[in-house]
Amino acid sequence: MMSRAKILCLLIGFLVLVAIPPATTALDADFYMGLAARMMIFAIAAVSLDLLLGYGGMVSFGHAAYLGTGSYAVAILAFYGITDGFLQFAVAVGASALVALIIGFICLRTKGVYFIMITLALTQMLYFLGISLEEYGGDDGINTDRSEFFEWFDLGDDTNLYYLILFFLVLSLWISWRLINSRFGMVIRGSQSNDDRMQAIGFPTFRYKLTMFVIAGVICGVAGFLLANLTEFVTPEYMHWFRSGEIMIMVLVGGMGTLFGPVFGAIAYLLFEEVISDFTEHWMIIFGPILVLLVLFARKGVWGMLPGRERGDD
Amino acid sequence: MTDPILKGPILKVQGLNKHFGGVVATDNLDFDVEPGEIHAVIGPNGAGKTTFVAQIAGMIKSDSGSIMFDGGEIAGLSAHARSRRGLARSFQITSIFKEFTVIENVAMSIQAHDGHSFRFWRRANTDPALMDPARALLDRVGLGARAEIVASNLAHGEQRQLEIAMALATGPKLLLLDEPTAGMGPEDSQSMAAFLRDIKGEYSMLLIEHDMDTVFALADRITVLVYGRAIATGTPEEIRGNDEVRAAYLGEEA
Ligand SMILES: Nc1ncnc2c1ncn2[C@@H]1O[C@H](COP(=O)(O)OP(=O)(O)O)[C@@H](O)[C@H]1O
Ligand SMILES: [Mg+2]
Repeated sequence: MMSRAKILCLLIGFLVLVAIPPATTALDADFYMGLAARMMIFAIAAVSLDLLLGYGGMVSFGHAAYLGTGSYAVAILAFYGITDGFLQFAVAVGASALVALIIGFICLRTKGVYFIMITLALTQMLYFLGISLEEYGGDDGINTDRSEFFEWFDLGDDTNLYYLILFFLVLSLWISWRLINSRFGMVIRGSQSNDDRMQAIGFPTFRYKLTMFVIAGVICGVAGFLLANLTEFVTPEYMHWFRSGEIMIMVLVGGMGTLFGPVFGAIAYLLFEEVISDFTEHWMIIFGPILVLLVLFARKGVWGMLPGRERGDD
Repeated sequence: MTDPILKGPILKVQGLNKHFGGVVATDNLDFDVEPGEIHAVIGPNGAGKTTFVAQIAGMIKSDSGSIMFDGGEIAGLSAHARSRRGLARSFQITSIFKEFTVIENVAMSIQAHDGHSFRFWRRANTDPALMDPARALLDRVGLGARAEIVASNLAHGEQRQLEIAMALATGPKLLLLDEPTAGMGPEDSQSMAAFLRDIKGEYSMLLIEHDMDTVFALADRITVLVYGRAIATGTPEEIRGNDEVRAAYLGEEA
């Protein structure tokens, strides 16, 4: 069971997220609603990466691949005049799944540093592919419009988009929670703990890990779909290795192998970037040491610093 | 046809070989286990006992040789496929899921043999189909009171018991036990030996064990391994009386 402090933290966090659109509208501070939306999108990406990193022992250094795939699905379809949100969403999900299947199939045959390097290399290939596609803007990126869903649900309205993002954040957390505690999740976590033993007791772990790789890719692809809608702009930068690193840092800061930690990691990272980069563009120089300290002294990140014992399932 | 004698050995290894560079770990080994039998393997450190178990279980790929198990060739199968056929091994160096509770460790083995695990939604560690048999098994090995403890917090002897429980939970036809009493004090060793005697007959076993009293008390047959080669196979009496064995292994002058 989660501690009271954690439950309280989640409750307050959720209420704040719900209250942000009316509050920012009342205060005429739309910028902060956009920032919060961005935080939630990266929270979704970080939660999905944690499924691999914190629960499956799969150190994917290429998670931006799916962020890019999901966002390009929106932009490229819009480029051809296909603005239907459901279709764009389906393509974003399908394309992310396919990319994750291919990358996972290759890198899951390797271990340790090789795994990291291959996920990194394959994602950089996607980045260069994005740059080379002149038709879709090349390295300049490409403008896109918001997806169209229903008459009564206009994504062009920032508040509607905000709540859609919040919905997907809650959904991805709920799905992750079910997953990691299911039989499937036991195989994934068991394989992180001791893959040889898993095979010895009869689990063909490869196919389960590959499935988890695809699920995580799809969830991150949805984050990409939302990001394209938020920024109305897609660029290969979304797939750059630096972006993969940022998502990984969010997981580390928030708490690897915790369900909610990555959400707080994403918020903390983007907040820090926002505040400190006002003072200096070399904000990484300040953030770097803080990160090192966190990794050294708080193995479960900021979430793990809250009272309450940490087990796989909270 | 149900008579086990008519079925022949449950495990029949023929001409098994394994080299690590210049080291011969398994040297043209023939070996079998009859149904219900405990066939012990003894030999000095580095004789190739662990390698032999890993070859049978499928963690180490053999250079050549045949491994017939339960009527079929398994030499080409993966470790998990062999487990599904009914082979279970325990590890000389304890290999458990340290971050999980004791009962979850055992439930993992049960889950592995309860259909596929592409089940994404229902909570596993409250599923009676996994937890009930896991609890029963823990009671049987004497870890019932420790079920909810995180495995890394168990004493060494208890971890060794858990190691065996995880192997048993796969519902095996053949147990490959690699020094189940490794690192145990005399008291724990004795209770492990008593437990093995208790399950004797229920499972066929390949038992690696360095404590000679335990081996001679439990085994139906003993094979002596030296430099990967079986220098003798026989009943405990025959092995005791074998001059070559005494010279090579039991440390006595022939
Ligand atoms: N993975 C390995 N790589 C290289 N040599 C190995 C490996 N595993 C075992 N050996 C060598 O094979 C021989 C047999 O080792 P092992 O099977 O562990 O013996 P035992 O279990 O009888 O003590 C030893 O000489 C050991 O050093
Ligand atoms: Mg050994």
